[in-house]
Amino acid sequence: MNFNNVSKRIEKIKFALLSPDEIRKMSQVRVITPDTYDDDGYPIERGLMDLHMGVIEPGLKCATCGGKVDECPGHFGHIELAMPVVHIGFIKEIKTMLDSSCKACGRVKLTDDEVNTYRKTINNMNFESDDPEIIDLSLKKITEIAVQRTICPHCSAESPKVILDKPTTFREGGIKITPKEIRERLERIPDNDLLFFGLNMSAARPEWMILTALPVPPIDVRPSITLETGERSEDDLTHKLVDIIRISQRLRESRDNGSPQLIIEDLWDLLQYHTTTYFDNQTAGIPPARHRSGRALKTLVQRLKGKEGRFRANLSGKRVNFSSRSVISPEPFLSMNEVGIPEIAARELTVPVLVNSFNVDKMKEWIKRGSTPRTPAGKYLAGINYLIRPDGRRIKITDQNAEINSDRVDIGWTVERQMTEGDIVLFNRQPSLHRMSMMAHTVRVLPGLTFRFNLSDCTPYNADFDGDEMNLHVIQSEESRAEARIIMKVQEQILSPRFGGPIIGAIHDHITSLFLLTHNNPLYTEGETLHIISYIDVNKLPEPEIKDNKKYYHGRDIFSLILPEGLNAKFKSHLCSGSRGKCEYEDTIEDSYVVINNGKLIHGTIDDESVGPFSGVIVDKIFRKFGPEAASKFVDNVTRLAVGFLSYRGFSTGIKDYDIPKDAISRIEEISNETLEKINKLVDAFRSGQLQQLPGRSIEDTLEVEILSETGSVRDESGKIASSYLGLNDPSVIMARSGARAKMLNIAEVAGMVGQQSVRGGRLNRGYANRTLSHFKENDLSAYARGFIKSSYRSGLNPTEYFFHSIGGREGLVDIAVRTSRSGYMQRRLINAFEDLKVDDERRVQDTVGSMVQFKYGEDGIDPTRSDEGETVDVDYVAYDEFGDEK
Amino acid sequence: MSKFNVLEHEIVPEHHLVPVDEEMSVLKKLNIARDNLPKISINDPAIKALEEIHGKLEPGRIIKIIRKSPTAGYYEYYRVVVKSVI
Repeated sequence: MNFNNVSKRIEKIKFALLSPDEIRKMSQVRVITPDTYDDDGYPIERGLMDLHMGVIEPGLKCATCGGKVDECPGHFGHIELAMPVVHIGFIKEIKTMLDSSCKACGRVKLTDDEVNTYRKTINNMNFESDDPEIIDLSLKKITEIAVQRTICPHCSAESPKVILDKPTTFREGGIKITPKEIRERLERIPDNDLLFFGLNMSAARPEWMILTALPVPPIDVRPSITLETGERSEDDLTHKLVDIIRISQRLRESRDNGSPQLIIEDLWDLLQYHTTTYFDNQTAGIPPARHRSGRALKTLVQRLKGKEGRFRANLSGKRVNFSSRSVISPEPFLSMNEVGIPEIAARELTVPVLVNSFNVDKMKEWIKRGSTPRTPAGKYLAGINYLIRPDGRRIKITDQNAEINSDRVDIGWTVERQMTEGDIVLFNRQPSLHRMSMMAHTVRVLPGLTFRFNLSDCTPYNADFDGDEMNLHVIQSEESRAEARIIMKVQEQILSPRFGGPIIGAIHDHITSLFLLTHNNPLYTEGETLHIISYIDVNKLPEPEIKDNKKYYHGRDIFSLILPEGLNAKFKSHLCSGSRGKCEYEDTIEDSYVVINNGKLIHGTIDDESVGPFSGVIVDKIFRKFGPEAASKFVDNVTRLAVGFLSYRGFSTGIKDYDIPKDAISRIEEISNETLEKINKLVDAFRSGQLQQLPGRSIEDTLEVEILSETGSVRDESGKIASSYLGLNDPSVIMARSGARAKMLNIAEVAGMVGQQSVRGGRLNRGYANRTLSHFKENDLSAYARGFIKSSYRSGLNPTEYFFHSIGGREGLVDIAVRTSRSGYMQRRLINAFEDLKVDDERRVQDTVGSMVQFKYGEDGIDPTRSDEGETVDVDYVAYDEFGDEK
Repeated sequence: MSKFNVLEHEIVPEHHLVPVDEEMSVLKKLNIARDNLPKISINDPAIKALEEIHGKLEPGRIIKIIRKSPTAGYYEYYRVVVKSVI
């Protein structure tokens, strides 16, 4: 940043009211014609496009300053309104002033004593540095006293209550006060009393809140656009100003030739309407002014307000160069730190390189290659798109001028070089809900048209490949590149600050694959092993087991190849949950207790708990003990090993995964009939009043609770029966038990029974009067009539069941839709509240003013990212890692 | 109405008045200006309760508060008494 050539520095800003005189003084032209251009397309004099207000067409010169299009800043004009109108932005202020000042003498309705004491308190306030909210409140308290008083303490005149008839009409005892009268009353308020309204008498007079002259903004603020057809289209503001001038003119004529009062009042109201909508076209109580097409006009307030307004769209957020967007797709052979960029994007995106004595020769060489160089074999090479001369001029490099410019370039020039392997870029997927939504990757230029990345990066971005698009930004400065490499690179973001564990890890098939590779430690021949190992970056083989003079290798030993030496861990695998065994080391039936000793997997099955995102014990331990480099290398190897092994072994799933024997089906049928029977008994008990009421519940609720627990247990029971026939040789079960995808519950739904559907936590009960569907009798409380599904997905649902299932399914969809919009708004407010808080070297949290928020970050000074799932340190693990299992 | 001391309620954290001669050392320890401390209104019930013990408190006095914290066990921090607005 260069602070030396700042031409002007803002020292202070003063907010004041524009007086009509001031409006006329700053005006370059009084606009009297509601037209813009004549038939030749030349601006009409004293019209809304008068040349005194600036130029937007090349060739013409400003009539005020003589500048051409880019030189003239634009100048204000003004409109003399035929009759005064209220300014919509000051309605509240006008109301308080009318209310608290005397109708007759204009003084504030405060006694002399009150005036003296309050004047002192107000003089003690500092309008520049005190909290404006507090100033507002104190002033309001003072004016409130005056408002309550009906008799003026100075002239004893009575002031009836003024009522604001929204949006712009004031009434006094039912009779309308015209803006002209309002203006006269405000004029009577003496300068000395202004400070009770918070007005600075040197900056404002209250009558200026009633408009008699209206500033016309420069043409540059409301440029007209020429369509391809040659037709001119005016800005919305110009349209509105046309309306104002037109009505003002008619009003003046009617007034001058003595038209009936009624007509004049109507026109006056219309003028008020147009000026109101000119400022704010969303004023409550009046219909918005519309374009001929029916679109509401975008007037002054609309330009500033809301998400598309000047502040949020143009000042807080800006469009950037050196960025691109494309569809994403997976590429398991890229590292998690890399991103694949299509050639077409790489050629367009550039990195600026400052030419210095060290690289000048190389740069000359590069420029000579032109803008689309390739190796003789046709491989991508980075070209040069632009040269920037020391004076800031840009030269585009083409194949024709490459040679000449290569000679001209010298130290001090900047060369805009195309992307090349190893460049660092920022990669982002919206919605950017956490810091891992934008991470730094190194570039790989690949054939094709999509951005590609390792599948382990899907979790932090929350991306999938069903058409998702992502954004990519090329970093332009050396400093930010260093920052990106050190703190934003994917490998630095493996641990999530949300829960202090890894958010990056193997997903789906990768978990299935490692499960199959390690579960019960299978054996592979030398050939198989070599094939599998060829996918990963290792140069050693595990210890073989010799059988019949042939070498065999264990799955666990193959996996151990990618574990760093010195890693120790001991934990229960995902397989453990839902296992019938004890899950202790001795439990060998399910092989679910993982033991890693000095980088060797001794026992257990690798699954979601070891390498998956959110749990990933191994990833976590590697990151903490060996650092981000080792952790990323491990995850890269996991993806490669998993893909290599699974594509060698083969894995498929299908409906036959859910085949269970006939007697199992009939047993499920049996228990479901029993449940129906039980539910019928409950309903009968309820009807005869014999149902035992549960504490704190009505009798109806009791019935529902009892039935829900019955339907819940029958679903669990049938799930148990079904899964007792489905073991770990069943692909669907492998996926569920390893944590790769789905839960055992889903398998129970497919093979056993779908069970009770619910809306808002209860059984279905809405639809027709006292029944869910017309297929049932009114007030039928039996299971089938209230959304119980006895079928399985495999056997298929009958029509009513299908309908109930859709009802239950819809609730989920609605929930998601409601949740996202609500949490989005919540997030926005949180970000706005926290955006300028800062943690300093002493771990104190302060805002930009210096006010203390927390004396120690999080009260304990612990970075949740480095914490062990929220706990400061896992002493047990540290001890185990150091000393092993010594008791 | 029977009066009771809010400071004795179990969910009200401990409030202590920092003696005037210790104020400087506290501010120095925290390396902070008095204005930047979190504020507590002079009308706060806890301040009223402290006034029962120490007599009238002037705005600008520093209160030490010790409260339970889910992360740190006990968390000790300071507030400065300010005059109330409304």
